[in-house]
Amino acid sequence: MDRVKIEVMHMNERYEKLLFKPGHTACAGCPIPIIVRTVLNTLGKNTIVAFGTSCLEIISSQYPYNAWGVPAMHSAFENTAAIASGIEAAQKKLGNKVNVVAFAGDGGTFDIGLQALSGMVDRGHNVLYVVYDNESYANTGIQRSSATPFGAWTTTSPVGKKIHGNKTFKKPLALMMAAQGAKYVATASISNLPDFKRKVQRAAEIEGPKFIHVLNPCPTGWKFDSSLTVDVAKLSVETGLWVLFEIDHGKFRITYKPKEFKPVRDYLMLQRRFKHLTDEEINKIQERVKEDWSMYEGLEGVKI
Amino acid sequence: MKKVVEISHAIAEVVSKVGPKVIAAYPITPQTHIVERLSELVANGELDAEYLNVESEHSAMSATMGAQACGVRAYTATASQGLALMHEVLSVVAGERLPVVIHVANRTLSAPLTIWNDWSDSFPERDNGWLQFYAENGQDVVDTTIMAYRIAENHNVLLPVMINIDGFILSHVYEPIDMPDTKDVKDFVGEYNPIVKLDVNDVHTIGEYATPDNFQEFKEEQWNAMMAAKDVIKSVTAEFKEKFGRDHGDGLVETYNLDGAKHAIITMGSIVGTFKHFIDQEVDDVGIIKIRSFRPFPREELIELTKGLESVGVFEKVISLGLGGPLAHEVRSVVKTPVMSFVGGLSGRDVTLNDVSHIFDKIREKKSGFEWIGSKLK
Repeated sequence: MDRVKIEVMHMNERYEKLLFKPGHTACAGCPIPIIVRTVLNTLGKNTIVAFGTSCLEIISSQYPYNAWGVPAMHSAFENTAAIASGIEAAQKKLGNKVNVVAFAGDGGTFDIGLQALSGMVDRGHNVLYVVYDNESYANTGIQRSSATPFGAWTTTSPVGKKIHGNKTFKKPLALMMAAQGAKYVATASISNLPDFKRKVQRAAEIEGPKFIHVLNPCPTGWKFDSSLTVDVAKLSVETGLWVLFEIDHGKFRITYKPKEFKPVRDYLMLQRRFKHLTDEEINKIQERVKEDWSMYEGLEGVKI
Repeated sequence: MKKVVEISHAIAEVVSKVGPKVIAAYPITPQTHIVERLSELVANGELDAEYLNVESEHSAMSATMGAQACGVRAYTATASQGLALMHEVLSVVAGERLPVVIHVANRTLSAPLTIWNDWSDSFPERDNGWLQFYAENGQDVVDTTIMAYRIAENHNVLLPVMINIDGFILSHVYEPIDMPDTKDVKDFVGEYNPIVKLDVNDVHTIGEYATPDNFQEFKEEQWNAMMAAKDVIKSVTAEFKEKFGRDHGDGLVETYNLDGAKHAIITMGSIVGTFKHFIDQEVDDVGIIKIRSFRPFPREELIELTKGLESVGVFEKVISLGLGGPLAHEVRSVVKTPVMSFVGGLSGRDVTLNDVSHIFDKIREKKSGFEWIGSKLK
């Protein structure tokens, strides 16, 4: 066989294995496919997905095209957790042992979908809910959500003479889910795939509601070069802004601690959404990192 | 054999006989007795289903559609604000062609806040791809429920069905009801056999998004399915009559005292009983055309039935503010005779025999117009 044929065979084989297929329409540098693929290829084909209206809907399933390698259902924006609840209940009744996974963005999770998510956790559905957090309503044109970080420019937290970007810090949703009794809660980063995969594997072993919060650096919304996605993700972790932890049956554990914290400025200045920040504002963010780590380290080993 | 039961409990019983695998519900007056009884049946092991106490009607409809997409029957019921909260999901259920069957215990939409009956909850949902039936009494709702599954799940239809019952007037009333045996119900409705479902062995995506290049065809297909539903309703209703012996007209409309009548009152739901009672006492020139199927709208049937009538009236428990009686306007769009529009009974106000007498007198005037019934405004 000639080399081209072998290449094609190799590609077909690879295509079959990927449970989120190439040919999706994500922006260059968008990490959503990395996140979805990491989750699905860790869980395998025995998985059913519910996904909310979001960038993921738009990039995965524009009729008549499709990137899903597992059964998947989209309904609306705020009801991903409720759809997943119904799927899980039906699968249970059918006697099928399958993984049920919900994917939604931060707007569909932190804001408009929070009630449905809380209901799903309350009722104890055996669902893994994964939020990919691009810290904005990216799909509608980068509007502010309650996951948008302090100081960030978005189209609805603009940088004006009076107000300088987003006024609030990110909602601590993972901790909220743990407080409500989700069996497994974790944060993850696309810059640390072994950690991310292990967390997905651990979640799959546990019966009950599971929640993984993945930071999703968005070149389009955060205004950085699309070749830098993984670098930005990595800096979010190395500066301590994005803390990798897990809460397994209520027990808190930091899963990665940078040996030496990089200054937050290194992370912020890669992104034009932060370019307006004053030294004072950057210091405020740096202080917040210290406070957060002090809190998280205090939680180490604690049962929430 | 007939048994005297509360209609809400009869609904729970007949739904239970069909056997949904997932029930997701949120309480709202006057739907509560339906879902309370279903939760009891599940708790006692009489119904093998998952009962989800969801945190809103939005999630009730969402969990129901998620379950139905897995290839099982799923159920919910609601009313009023609850139906309004479901609104967003209702059109998705229809658009994704999931033949869910639900009951709505019709109750007024706020404001002012009120709990009693009219159709201001279900009428705003008339354009979103659900079949809508309106039941006259307990037996009607039980029979319609059994038929609804067959109609919804027919592969030429594959659309959801909303069975409307007047809140309190029907939902909380005890009535002698002939409840079919479970085996007969199961035999009649058959197995749910969807074309597409969420199945790890047969991968499909449900709920893609469409562009201007292909969206309209999805709606045209829904339209075609809605039109095809008319024939399916007729054949299922005929088969039901053969099997269970009860007559529901052609399934789309039923008539009463219409032979030889000069005029007709067109209406839906429990108020039909009041009109029948009045006609039985002293009327021979006015008949009733009861709309059973509001969607699909019985266009051809109304044209045929009103041929030769001197005038008709439409009585409805809903007002389209800024237009008039919405049902009357739909009737006017198809019939040639003068149509007098009456709106009354809003939020549970009694429609008395005096009101009926007045309505019939007005119809006999052979005019087109609009009138509030029972208004206290001076």
